[in-house]
Order: sequence, then C-alpha cells, then structure tokens
Amino acid sequence: MKVSFCQSMLKTLEHESSNVFLTGDLGFMALEPLKEKLGKRFINAGVAEQNMVSVAAGMARNKMRPWVYSIAPFIFARAFEQIRNDICFHQLPVVLVGNGGGYGYGVMGATHHAIEDYGVLLSQRNLKIYIPAFDEDLNALVPLLSKIDHPAYLRLGLAPKLDQNFAIPQYSAWRKLEEGKKWTVLISGSMAGNIWKGIRQSGLNPLPNVWLLSELPIAQLPSDFITDLQNSPNLLVIEEHIAHGGIGQMLATILLKTGVLLNQFETRSALGYPSSRYGSQQFHLKENQLDPDSIINLLKKDILEV
Amino acid sequence: MQDSALPEDSSRKFSLEKTLKLTKLRLLLMHFESKVGHIGGNLSCLDMLVVLYHRIITKDDQFILSKGHSAGALYATLWSLGRIEEQELSHFHRDNTRLSAHPPPTGIDDILFATGSLGHGLSLAAGLAMSKKLLNQSGRVYCLMSDGEWNEGSCWEALIFAKQQQLDNLTVLIDLNGLQGFGTTQEVADLSPLEEKFKCFGIDVVEVDGHDLNVLEKTLSKIQRLTFVVARTIKGKGVSFMENRVEWHYLPLSEEQYHRAVREIQSL
Ligand SMILES: [Mg+2]
Repeated sequence: MKVSFCQSMLKTLEHESSNVFLTGDLGFMALEPLKEKLGKRFINAGVAEQNMVSVAAGMARNKMRPWVYSIAPFIFARAFEQIRNDICFHQLPVVLVGNGGGYGYGVMGATHHAIEDYGVLLSQRNLKIYIPAFDEDLNALVPLLSKIDHPAYLRLGLAPKLDQNFAIPQYSAWRKLEEGKKWTVLISGSMAGNIWKGIRQSGLNPLPNVWLLSELPIAQLPSDFITDLQNSPNLLVIEEHIAHGGIGQMLATILLKTGVLLNQFETRSALGYPSSRYGSQQFHLKENQLDPDSIINLLKKDILEV
Repeated sequence: MQDSALPEDSSRKFSLEKTLKLTKLRLLLMHFESKVGHIGGNLSCLDMLVVLYHRIITKDDQFILSKGHSAGALYATLWSLGRIEEQELSHFHRDNTRLSAHPPPTGIDDILFATGSLGHGLSLAAGLAMSKKLLNQSGRVYCLMSDGEWNEGSCWEALIFAKQQQLDNLTVLIDLNGLQGFGTTQEVADLSPLEEKFKCFGIDVVEVDGHDLNVLEKTLSKIQRLTFVVARTIKGKGVSFMENRVEWHYLPLSEEQYHRAVREIQSL
C-alpha cells in the first residue's frame, strides 16, 4: 500500500501547499518521488519519533498540515505521550501514518508489528482511525485526510490484487462486499481482500453477507448493516488486532445499546505469538486463525449447525 | 502588596526591576493563597520570563514553557502584562480554574501547548520554528527549559533536529538552577557541564547570569541564530530561606514564611 499511498500523496499534495511530510528515516525505495516533489516540505526527522510527533504538533499549531510517517509501532507506541499531549489535547490535524498495521512486517518480528495500534489510539477521544483495505482506497483517503480538522491515524497494510470478478466498491467507512444469508461477516484491514476471495471461492452455500469496515471509532451502524444482522443474525467479526479495544468489543457495546439481537456473536482477533514462532504475515494470520481457510472452516462448521 | 494588574503599558511605565519585583510579590501571594509549591523553580526563571515578555517577545514571536511546572511564573508574568486578570490568579490551582498547576491545553490564548511532562517543549518549539521557516513567517520562537529536563532523551532528539534543520529562528533558554525533583542535578544524573554538551553538538551557546536583567535583555535581543542561552540561576531566588533548597520545589508557604518572603523581596 505504501506505493499507492505515495502516488496519491503526489497527486494530492501538489495542490495542498500547507501539507508537510515527516518521516522517521523510512521510505527507501518507496517515498523518493514524494521527497523530490515536496522539496523542503519533505522532512526526514531521523530515527527520533518522539521528537517527530511533537514537531508535527508544533507545525500544525501554525496552520500547517503534517503527515508523520513511520513503521506503525514506532509511531503509536513509541510516541504515545506526544500523540496524547501535543496532538490530541489540542485537536490538531496531524495525520499519523503507520505502515504495517497488524502483522504487516511479518518475519521482521514482534517489535515491528502493530496488533494493538487502534485500541491504544482510540483512547484519544478526537482521533479517528482510517484502515484502507485496497490500494484503490488511498485515492479517496489521501485527499480526505489532507483536509481533516482532527488528529488521524492511517493504518497501511499490504493489500492483495483482486481480479476483475471482484468489483471493489468505492471507498467509504462501511462497504458491503458480498450479498449473502445466515452469516454476516465484518472484516477490517488489508486482509479483507483475501478473505473475501476465499469466501467467494469456498463453495459455501449460502454465502455469508460480507461487510468491510474502514473507519473507527464506529459512529453509527449503517441501516443496511442492521437489516443484514436482522435477517442474518450470526455475526462474525474479523480483525488483525487484539480483542481488547478492538472492533468486536466496540461493536458488542453498540449492538447492546441498539437492541439488535443476535443468534451468534463470534470474533476472530490477534492473539499475539502463542507458539513463540515467527514468520510471514500469512504465517501469523494462520496461527491466529485469521487466514481465509480458518475463517471458511468456521463458517462451514457453524453454518451447518445454525 | 500589589493587588491590581499592572497597566498594559507597564513596560514603559516601570523599570524592569520594578516590574520584576511586583510580579514576584504577586507570584508569592498567588502561591500563598493557593497553598501550593513549585515556588523555587518559579523564582529561578521569573527574571527570564519578565525580560522575555516585557522586552523581547513581539506579536510575531512564540513562546513555549517546556518546564511546565513553572506555570505559576508564566501566569504571573502574563498578569504583569494585563493578559491574565487579577481575580483569575486567585483561582490558581483551585477547582474550576483556568490556571492549573501546569499550563492547560485550552482556555488561554498565550499558551500554545499544555506542558508539564518534561521533554516535549523543545520539539514543539522546533515545530513552530520549522513551520515559520516553511511559511516564510517572521518572528522567533522562544523555549524555556529546566536543567533536570535534560534527563529526558527526547530533549536530545529535539536538539539534534533543531541543529540539523538549522532553525536559526529558535532561541532556547535553560534555567540552570542545579536542582531537580529529588536532589541536585549532579547527584541525580550528572550532565555538567551542560553547556559543553550542547557545544559538542555544534550548538551556539551563550552563558549568562539568569538574574541579571540587563545582561539577559542585551543577550536575548542580539540573537539571530539557533542559540542556547544557559542561564545560571538560583532556585528560590530572592527569598533567603528558599534559595538553593530542594524542598522548595514542592513546599507551600506558611503564613509566617509568606510574610518573611514578602519583606525580603520588598527590601531588594
Ligand atoms: Mg532545575
């Protein structure tokens, strides 16, 4: 996604002169065109994320629009107090760009993963999370983020290329990917494409409803989603994030308040490193039963029982 | 005892010395009424704040109090300029106040950022200075730091950044009072001589007596590059029983101590 991100940035920031890009010494073989285009407005702040985040806050205070880029954990975890005190206390329009949300950095290991990022960041009341699922989403998200009036976190991952049989709906906070019955599956993040593909090719009959969620916190449930839950009241929430502070928990509260009654409520979330073995993003997704096969097995088993 | 705000044109009406004395008395009253500490560190940097706000800072300039625990000194200084009302100061540190013990994120236009967690201010100031450069805006950014604050690694990140980006519109003042939270700076985490450390990074350093108003004014008005002003100061300056004593980082004033302190300041 970082290449699509860079391309969208090139298009958008050309017209937005108040935007400024800070990187924590990352972007080799990806952000060079942006560096060239932005000139002085591209700042390599060095390997010093705490400083970088506060510098961005200072620039935003003087009406600039900073984008702060690093590997996801080096922003959300390393510089959390700077995010809280310097950006969020003052509701400044800084976009924190975390590359490699979830297990995105694969065998680089646990220090490079971010399976707690949005749970931690959602503790900040005025910060909004954006989780693109497809490369195409960046074309809509970058222009949107260049005009926000609040802090934001953009969680980038590695999205699969889908063939023409998959019509990716235009970016929106909520999107319906698949029309189905019995089960309603809600996915978030860059693994959505692979799970969508897996479900469609699984031979499940009927297919479940498949929904994609790309913005947090959840402001309101779309009425179509509620209708799907009423007609297909077995909900499965899949996220590349720990359960605590995640979408499943958030949704449970909202559903209780809304009074939507479910038959089943299942969640699949990241467990961490249960085997103390490390590998690619796919390896970790599989170990956490977040891969397409595990999801389909769950649906197969439970759909029979429903 | 001064009990009304100085007029807005006080900088012309009073000498710096007189302004400082009145502000110091008001600061003591504020701490006494509210029964709160942090007086020592307020007195060590009040002279710098008075010089900055009455002689140096213009409407194009910006200021960050990185040593947020000296908010009292900042509030008193803003009072001396008529930017914080007299009655507001009597709410310092109490329920329903705008004046929390550390600078608040909202409510006071002169305060750009909530500080109090050490090691943020220099980065914030660097961000302000950097944006001024990118936007071709005039004016300088001033950042007042403590000496104990340099224990924080993020200060060094900010120093490296400011130097690398050649932030020639940034002036950093360090309140070198030699004391920090639980001991002297030498006992806790010895960075002395701090000015030499800065110089090793290629920073321009000016060393001054942080209580010499004329030297402070002259020095600060001349600076045109990225400069660290290392100001030797005395924690609790002007009150004999407070000077250089670590407990005055925290202690409130008893009635007797307050009156003694007022007498000492008035006799200066
Ligand atoms: Mg000190």
